[in-house]
Amino acid sequence: MASQPRILYCNCTYAQVVSKEVKQAVLRKLCESGVSFEAVADLCEMAARKDPSLKELNKGDDLKIAACFPRAVKWLFASANAPLSAERTEVLNMRNASAEEICGALERSEVHPNLPSGKATQPSPAELPVTTSAT
Amino acid sequence: MSLAPGLHLVLYEGEGALPLPPEQRFGAITALLERGFAVARTRNEVSLAAERQTTVMVLGQFVSGTNTANREQPGTTIRFENITGLSDSQITERVEAFRSETNQPKPGEWKPWFPVIDYDRCTNCMQCLSFCLFGVYGVDEAQHIQVQNQDNCKTNCPACSRVCPEAAIMFPKYKAGPINGDLVSDSDLQREKMKIDISALLGGDVYQMLRERSDRAKSRFSKERDSDKALKERQKCLVKLAQAGDIPAEVLMALPSPEEIQRRAEEARAKAQAALAKQ
Repeated sequence: MASQPRILYCNCTYAQVVSKEVKQAVLRKLCESGVSFEAVADLCEMAARKDPSLKELNKGDDLKIAACFPRAVKWLFASANAPLSAERTEVLNMRNASAEEICGALERSEVHPNLPSGKATQPSPAELPVTTSAT
Repeated sequence: MSLAPGLHLVLYEGEGALPLPPEQRFGAITALLERGFAVARTRNEVSLAAERQTTVMVLGQFVSGTNTANREQPGTTIRFENITGLSDSQITERVEAFRSETNQPKPGEWKPWFPVIDYDRCTNCMQCLSFCLFGVYGVDEAQHIQVQNQDNCKTNCPACSRVCPEAAIMFPKYKAGPINGDLVSDSDLQREKMKIDISALLGGDVYQMLRERSDRAKSRFSKERDSDKALKERQKCLVKLAQAGDIPAEVLMALPSPEEIQRRAEEARAKAQAALAKQ
């Protein structure tokens, strides 16, 4: 049986950029689920401190990180000399996803790696798939 | 302020300890996070990598017979704390006391606001190094730009990200993209081209502008003895600059004297030029 991915939750304690409701709902779900997880007050602060536990999170296992934008998380870890594995890391963005979406992704045992690589650029409106509404 | 790694906490709920009810677990972890601590919740045996020198507090509802003897070895301290019957605030008090006793850095003394470089985008042009007056940036041995002094950064000021031609500088706690780490769009890059065309907006080099404004204000002050007018002029200029670059007014108000600004700007420019010359 494949091992469960490790889970890291960032509380973004020192800023109000992540909705409190989303943060609480995600943390509550983690606490109810009974899984092992790491909860940190603020990933930015840990990165600035070059906290060695960031490196340990990266040792071999798949990793799901509930925090903010994948591009920011990727380079925060890199700045702490703890680069994330592009193949084994999924970042769940609590700044723009709902608590239900985050919790659903945390419950899945498989990891959907989503760290950006290269000059990641948003698609222009012309490049977006055309959607048609049902009539 | 120390930027050394802080105290680590483990909420142990495996063999030899009773699990906490979910609501109590949520309350305890929330309280600790709000005080700035990191907590690993685990049911597995607590193991520490031999090379990791650290201070750890293991919290749990330990049952009698469990080995909870505190351990100390060079560079590593492990303290066990039985939290049976403790409230959230009592748990945080115990943790805080242990942190203080072991001289671990106090979390939350500094709002972690600092630039993070996206090296997939960065072209090592040194504009950020040249721009920053506060010594946040430096270069490594290979002359690559680095953020070296995070705690020198001025809280809530994203100005250096606006001079980056590639939108490679992020402030993860900023309100909007792409500075907050959101993907960069073509329109962002167009906007970035206007850069701190704060510069252009205010008629040239920002620092030069500040100097000139200051000189004009001084001159008027000497002629008219109108300190209110001079102050108003300075405030008008700073408000304009703050709005254009989303730079907090308190950062602008805290800028050093025009002479000191000039000295620092020249120093930063010289550093950047030296790094570029060695590339």
